[in-house]
Amino acid sequence: MEKSKYNEIVKKHTPKEDRLFNAMISFLTGGIMGVIGEILLHVYSYYFDIPTTEASTFMIVTLIFIGCLFTCFGFFDKWVGFAKAGLFVPITGFAHAMMSAALDFRKEGFVTGIGASMLKLSGSVIIFGVVSAYAFGLVRLIIFGG
Amino acid sequence: MTFKYKNVYINETALVTGPYEKKGPLESYFDKSYSDLYFGGNTWEGAESKLIEESVNILLSKLNKTKFDIDVHVSGDLLNQLVSSNYASSRLGIPYLGVYNACATSVEGLIVGANMVEAKQVKNCVVSVSSHNNAAEKQFRYPVEYGGPKPKTTTFTTTGGASCYLSYNKTGIKIESSTIGKVVDMGIKDAYHMGAVMAPAACETLYEHLKETKRKVDYYDLILTGDLGVYGKEIFKEYLKDEYNIEIKNYDDTGTMIYDLNKQPVYAGGSGPACAPLVTFGYIFNQMKKNKLNKVLLIATGALLSTTMVNEKYSIPAIAHAISLEVIE
Repeated sequence: MEKSKYNEIVKKHTPKEDRLFNAMISFLTGGIMGVIGEILLHVYSYYFDIPTTEASTFMIVTLIFIGCLFTCFGFFDKWVGFAKAGLFVPITGFAHAMMSAALDFRKEGFVTGIGASMLKLSGSVIIFGVVSAYAFGLVRLIIFGG
Repeated sequence: MTFKYKNVYINETALVTGPYEKKGPLESYFDKSYSDLYFGGNTWEGAESKLIEESVNILLSKLNKTKFDIDVHVSGDLLNQLVSSNYASSRLGIPYLGVYNACATSVEGLIVGANMVEAKQVKNCVVSVSSHNNAAEKQFRYPVEYGGPKPKTTTFTTTGGASCYLSYNKTGIKIESSTIGKVVDMGIKDAYHMGAVMAPAACETLYEHLKETKRKVDYYDLILTGDLGVYGKEIFKEYLKDEYNIEIKNYDDTGTMIYDLNKQPVYAGGSGPACAPLVTFGYIFNQMKKNKLNKVLLIATGALLSTTMVNEKYSIPAIAHAISLEVIE
């Protein structure tokens, strides 16, 4: 049988992913994450008298900490499984990806395990984050003059 | 390539599993089940090697034998360099052959062992396989705690160790014949759709087996593939009909039997080298001993997956080996 014909059989028996449903869930949970971030921002700037620009750093650090903590407690993977992009696209996803890799490789030692493999998943986020920041920064400089 | 055996029997089996299998419908057929995934150790890799060691020890105690009575131990698993089998063997101290054919390892091991027993090169042989969900996830997929969304066609690696004892003593289940399969590659590159990768290999091996033994498909009471999963099973049936013109009814897949697919979060079903023997040595052998099944053909299928090759855009080759099991008359 031709590979293309076999591919048709495979396609016929492969279930469709519920894209619309997944997108809705991600939209809602991602939105909730945004609301939580916004609340934190306001709490930090109103109640702790922190300037808004610095308060956003505090907010990000808080979310990263909570993401890491929940990953270590062992239930965040179930939340991510449910919320999908709603949890792994925000900053919590980055923290979760790093921490889960660190947990997997912690038995292989600090340097050879955690150090070498912690960025196994999130390394790409950093690399392409920096590259795209540079590229878009350059575009902005050329078009808008900085 | 088909072999016929006159005098090879699976006298005894031993099955050890993890917590997910314990919650499945076949729990009562396992000798021992753990409720965590470390089994008292520190690492998943260490835990997996304990599965093999423990299943062999249980097997020996069931047989009232010691390791000095065993001529050869054939063992395999999914981890790089067969670490589970190697480390278990370093503690067991039985002459050892390591074998790898991914999830087809169980039948590959049985063929190697049965051929040695049939040729009277050895008096007896222990065949073992293992797989461990977390160890496999860590090696082949994402970190365990990451839990990112997976497609519905993903299979869930079983945690378990299975060992069996082969000899020419006429008790237990007879190994009647076996067929060594060819590697088949139908160009599938999706590492989350192993059923699609392996189904053509299973069809090819079934067709060759029936041709070489001059049998019809209804000669067997049950034909088992291990483990194509829910969707792979449908692909298998359709490909078998289209390509080889074989209609199959007396058919099931071990990947869909080991878990409760409606209640357990296992996507398309179980997989891993341990899946087929956990179902066959336990539940199926029980049915055979009760004479509800007389002739069973087990086709273990393995996706010869390498994450490096998949990243380099190669398609995934697959293999399937078949073994014919019969009730002793």
